[in-house]
Amino acid sequence: MYTWIWRHLPGPFPAKALAALVLVAAVSALLLFVVFPQVEPLLPFTDVTVTP
Amino acid sequence: MSSAVDLDEPPAATPGDGGSPPRRRRDWGRTLVRGIGQTLITLGLVALLFVGYELWVTDLIAAQDQEQLSEEIHEQWRDDPTVAPAPAAPVEQPFTPAAISVGVGDPFAVLHIPRLAADYSRVIVEGAAQDQLAQGPGHYIGTAMPGEQGNLAIAGHRVGRGSPFLDLDQMRPGDPIVVETADAWFVYRVLGDPATGSFDGDPSGIPGQEIVRPEAVSVISPTPGGPAEGPASGAYLTLTTCHPKYSAQQRLIIHARLDGAPISKATTPDGPPALAG
Repeated sequence: MYTWIWRHLPGPFPAKALAALVLVAAVSALLLFVVFPQVEPLLPFTDVTVTP
Repeated sequence: MSSAVDLDEPPAATPGDGGSPPRRRRDWGRTLVRGIGQTLITLGLVALLFVGYELWVTDLIAAQDQEQLSEEIHEQWRDDPTVAPAPAAPVEQPFTPAAISVGVGDPFAVLHIPRLAADYSRVIVEGAAQDQLAQGPGHYIGTAMPGEQGNLAIAGHRVGRGSPFLDLDQMRPGDPIVVETADAWFVYRVLGDPATGSFDGDPSGIPGQEIVRPEAVSVISPTPGGPAEGPASGAYLTLTTCHPKYSAQQRLIIHARLDGAPISKATTPDGPPALAG
């Protein structure tokens, strides 16, 4: 999967490396600010209330 | 006769290919194993990223939310017509704070706990669902309001989302918990014996600190430990959070009782001496 992505990035090695870093940052930001907040309420270890 | 397709001979490398080896039939096994390995590592990294999210990103978001709520509530209090300036003559009748009624999600008070930090201050919103608790401490709907008879019950996160109740286990008997509303200060003190440091020994039998199962809803009853619809036997404050620190297996509960009459903000704008801890 990663070698496939690497092979399809355009340009010489430095450009590819930069593009790869940007992709990682973009995916991380997507996860941290969009996916995780949506998924979090579904997980059981964030309860702090007493409920019957 | 030459065959149209010769599977045993690798095709000529195409330009721009980077020289990658051709996909022969037995290479699919290796590709599969490599793919599984990469997927597992990716999942591991995502899990680590999630831990980072819980520990740092939620703190950032909650800090922003608290700042916003703080602005909102102080603006609300500045414009509040019921907060009158101090009268010229001494007030004859005892000060009765205005009744509070708010919608779910609205801020209505500020919590100060000197034991946790000298300037500890968190805006309390109405409601203790995930959405409200993500912003800071939340008030269990239906429980008493500050100063009222009954149990002012507040839930807060232990780790993450600003960690308002991270060090709640540091509370000791007699520690003040000050609740600030539009027109008054209320000083609650953790139950127990300050001299010995024991959480038991209060005449009511209610402990200052206890660790309970998540289903123990009686801790937020009008009289802590009593029936849910039971009578109020005093003005109590109860804080709930999870326990142990990184788990939601149990709940850490702090019980406190109102100490003294409500202090009018008109006469004491900077708060009671208890704020200094």
